[in-house]
Amino acid sequence: MSASETLTPPAATTASANTIAAATPDSGLLRFLTCGSVDDGKSTLIGRLLYDTRGILADTLHAIERTSQKRGLSAVDLSLLTDGLQAEREQGITIDVAYRYFSTGTRKYIIADAPGHEQYTRNMVTAASTADLAIILIDARRGVLTQTRRHSYLAKLMNIPRLVVAVNKMDLVGYDAARFEEIRADYEAFARQLDIDVRFIPISALNGDMIVERGDSLAWYDGPTLLELLESAPAAHAAGRARHHDALRFPVQYVCRPQDSANPELHDFRGFMGRVEAGSVAVGERVTVLPSGRETRVREIRLLSADSHDSANEGQRARAVTGESVTLLLDDEIDISRGDMIVGPDNAPTVTRRIEAMLCWLSESPLDPRRKYLIRHTTRESKALLDGIDYRIDINSLERQAATQLEMNDIARVSFRLAQPLAVDTYTDQRATGAFIVIDEASNNTVGAGMIG
Amino acid sequence: MNALAASAAPAIDAAATKELSHLDWLEAEAIHILREVAGQCSRPALLFSGGKDSICLLRLAEKAFRPGRFPFPLLHIDTGHNYREVIDFRDRRAAELGERLIVRSVEDSMARGTVVLKSPGESRNKHQSVTLLEAIEEHGFDACIGGARRDEEKARAKERIFSFRDEFGQWDPKNQRPELWNLYNARSGPGENMRVFPISNWTELDVWQYIERERLELPSIYFAHLRPIVRRNGLLAPVTPVTPAQPGDVVEELQVRFRTVGDITCTAPVESSATTVAAIIEETAVTTISERGATRLDDQTSEASMEQRKKEGYF
Repeated sequence: MSASETLTPPAATTASANTIAAATPDSGLLRFLTCGSVDDGKSTLIGRLLYDTRGILADTLHAIERTSQKRGLSAVDLSLLTDGLQAEREQGITIDVAYRYFSTGTRKYIIADAPGHEQYTRNMVTAASTADLAIILIDARRGVLTQTRRHSYLAKLMNIPRLVVAVNKMDLVGYDAARFEEIRADYEAFARQLDIDVRFIPISALNGDMIVERGDSLAWYDGPTLLELLESAPAAHAAGRARHHDALRFPVQYVCRPQDSANPELHDFRGFMGRVEAGSVAVGERVTVLPSGRETRVREIRLLSADSHDSANEGQRARAVTGESVTLLLDDEIDISRGDMIVGPDNAPTVTRRIEAMLCWLSESPLDPRRKYLIRHTTRESKALLDGIDYRIDINSLERQAATQLEMNDIARVSFRLAQPLAVDTYTDQRATGAFIVIDEASNNTVGAGMIG
Repeated sequence: MNALAASAAPAIDAAATKELSHLDWLEAEAIHILREVAGQCSRPALLFSGGKDSICLLRLAEKAFRPGRFPFPLLHIDTGHNYREVIDFRDRRAAELGERLIVRSVEDSMARGTVVLKSPGESRNKHQSVTLLEAIEEHGFDACIGGARRDEEKARAKERIFSFRDEFGQWDPKNQRPELWNLYNARSGPGENMRVFPISNWTELDVWQYIERERLELPSIYFAHLRPIVRRNGLLAPVTPVTPAQPGDVVEELQVRFRTVGDITCTAPVESSATTVAAIIEETAVTTISERGATRLDDQTSEASMEQRKKEGYF
């Protein structure tokens, strides 16, 4: 660990922290990931965000101070916060995605911290799958590198709605505006191919410039701080675009039939339980059940409110929106079970027994084209057989290559034939109904992640 | 199709455009996880201790499954060294909900000889793993839902929401299943099982805010009360029949509350005057000490003690 990876006590005071943290967050929740290696100052950036927003408590800090001293470091090494496991310390590696939390009082944040070296693609794809925003770190001294392109490609592949390119270590280039502009121009030239929405920001994670506080050294930059960018990004459930206007996608997770209830009113109760993955649903609206194609109307929407308990008629709602877990009651008695999907009348998903997708292989055992795998898509499972590999992406050059099998961390364009029909959207249209995982039935392990399109 | 879509698009009312608060989002995620357990697992159980995190789980289970019954029994592994108030609360809450509560006791495992204490005074906390695995085997549970949170501890920070355990109940941090989107893989073979943590993404503050919002009842020892205390290693050790004062101890009567409630021998209260949930939220928002740091008499022995216990089948 280099000395520049350690943190000096923050110049930024947290005088307002008490009032900040005590206020109830009201602008929802944002999930983001940080892309970069230790050398880019990723751990320092996460440490800085946690520290300046009081996401690290004193005893945790003291524990890593003690460890830093034991290792002969002159300052606190915040990467110790994210490299926690004994198994990792023994091997000197970071195993896996770790999740960190902080709150500003207006918004709660979940950071997915994917390690930069080992199994990078697999870890970043995992962390990116739930992220609303990605921060791509560039070392101001080194500029746009191969890994920058790789991170950006994966962010695009995983359809993360917003990217922030943070040019870090500005302190080591004398806070030079020209250097920042040079890197921005380089990045934009390359990002044009990818068609992504990017914000640029100069920072020094080490000194805390432009993270939570503006600092004094970047006076030429008049844009928002990193935290301001995070605070204003669309929240989890509204990510990307106006999701409530999208067509309804409601995969059925569980059917509630309390026939044995003491309450006779419940003998005919049939509640379809699930989460509104896209769009919204209102009482009286027409819906279609897939794959059967049967149509009906929504009779009731239920979610126990804070005041309601378990009596049969409490918790009724007029509408449910994207992200909410509710129970739907329908007008007609239609045979519906887990794995079916209730959708809006327009813009129906495609019901298909063949899918084309970008596939990231996650397992140490290579993809075997002769074997049957299990695909889990929303709440539905189907046996699947590989139909073909169109090409594999070289993650460094981004070129397409011929391939006959896939190894861990490979990304490829593939097609599968399915035993059961799935109701799919393209992944770029709807993450929830465009994504699937591949399961190896022999080991029960999750071995692949797919994006339909 | 397009014309139809335009005319059929419903007017977006205020409820449709409102943003979900962070608690709404966390609640919806947890309900989704609970329903995935019900949909994918054949014999799940929900671990209910009477503590605040599992009290939240029960509320989430109500939201997930009412007006039906829970598709799982409640399970408590009792060390025999729990506070009476918490055990009474546990029994009362299970009865109010009309759900089945299974209690398995570390003392029974000791009587069977499957738990052997190194000394009579040794904490039974880590031995809960043995009793838990025995209960899993006895009932054939293929999933145990628990209230662990990732903000509690660094081993937890890297654990999956659906965490696979082998037939010895072991967690292998190097061999975890990738967990993408909200597509959870709960498949397990005979003798293996899943541990499922629906409130993985909640912090201590989120839990208290949810308790306030849902007006959830808690055991009384979560609120400030007077209690005989001995100061040990910077922590407040409660003086009880199980943990009597030692010669030379100075016993003080302090106003304290518990931030976390568990085995008496390893859970310490903190000084507090908070007698309401709102007051606790204020204290939680400004505390400088983490929940486990302030309260665990056991985890401070080694940097890796939670990780070690998890590898041995702990919750």
